[in-house]
Amino acid sequence: MLNKIYDWVDERLDITPIWRDIADHEVPEHVNPAHHFSAFVYCFGGLTFFVTVIQILSGMFLTMYYTPDIENAWKSVYYLQNEVAFGEIVRGMHHWGASLVIVMIFLHTLRVFFTGSYKKPRELNWVVGVLIFGVMLGLGFTGYLLPWDMKALFATKVGIEIAASVPFIGGAIKTLLAGDATILGAQTLTRFFAIHVFFLPAALLGLLAAHFIMIRKQGISGPL
Amino acid sequence: MSNNRVSRRQFLNYTLMGVGGFMAAGMMMPMVRFAVDPVLQKAGGGDFIPTAKKVADITNVPERVDFSFEQVDAWYTSEVTSTAWVYKEGNSIIALSPVCKHLGCTVNWAGSPDHPEQFFCPCHAGRYEKNGKNIKGTPPLGPLDEFEVKEQDGLLYIGKTRPNTLV
Repeated sequence: MLNKIYDWVDERLDITPIWRDIADHEVPEHVNPAHHFSAFVYCFGGLTFFVTVIQILSGMFLTMYYTPDIENAWKSVYYLQNEVAFGEIVRGMHHWGASLVIVMIFLHTLRVFFTGSYKKPRELNWVVGVLIFGVMLGLGFTGYLLPWDMKALFATKVGIEIAASVPFIGGAIKTLLAGDATILGAQTLTRFFAIHVFFLPAALLGLLAAHFIMIRKQGISGPL
Repeated sequence: MSNNRVSRRQFLNYTLMGVGGFMAAGMMMPMVRFAVDPVLQKAGGGDFIPTAKKVADITNVPERVDFSFEQVDAWYTSEVTSTAWVYKEGNSIIALSPVCKHLGCTVNWAGSPDHPEQFFCPCHAGRYEKNGKNIKGTPPLGPLDEFEVKEQDGLLYIGKTRPNTLV
């Protein structure tokens, strides 16, 4: 049945070369844990992507209940965690996944560093990877405020004060982030929400695409 | 050994897809259940809400009776005011819902000067007779809902809506 549907579509649109290009590629022996168990270090990049997919999915579901408003943010988080079925699990996935993604990126970076994979001709992919790391930290920083509890509030105050310590333009950066020169409140929360769910994920998807296209184009770096 | 030998490729395909499917399902199940929760929430029991209307004052002309209650909408609790059109039919009290059965606007008794003895919906000129029966040729396809009512200490109490029992 599925085969017939596939053949019907393939006959008209010739989709086999498309997914072959994406899915069918060489996995050299030195990166295959089945050959050398120590090659599991080559899995950290893929695991980072896997956790990122979980973050995107669980985040999409969380926004069904979350409200980015200072009166209701905490209440809506409390409600979705305690009153909605599996709320604790879905919020837990997003909460723990946020830390795990940073850990995985770090391990992936270490692997790339110690195998020397960043060297010519792969310098650009290292640069894009560092940008992805920056976007991930931004996602962590903006997401931390959203539950709107005391920990979130003061962590964001500290983060914004650090940004404000930049010479000359620190004050402007602070106002740009918080939405107000002195208050960390209603406008900060809506800004952080917009940055967390629209701007940074869009940047992340673009950078990930560049990261993957480059690795496919250049192939995996050779054995040590 | 049967004639259809499972090849190594088939075996790997099936096991990998099975394990992968199981893992994906384990990941998606909590999120999907989380999303469909409103559909599976049990409806709360309907309490009777007191109104300020004395039962003795109710006439056989439909009259607007407002009543307020505390509505819990997930994390937001608020005081909500609803309306019923109340009249006496013999000894029994009838309370009709003002929600038009066409597309949910609010109907008024004698809302149109041309039809003083009918409920009228201003959105699409839907009309109903006094007992809530929808008038043929106007948009609504069913009669107005009816509230459960009871009398306590001389005052009118209004409960949940139910399908019209008069028509």
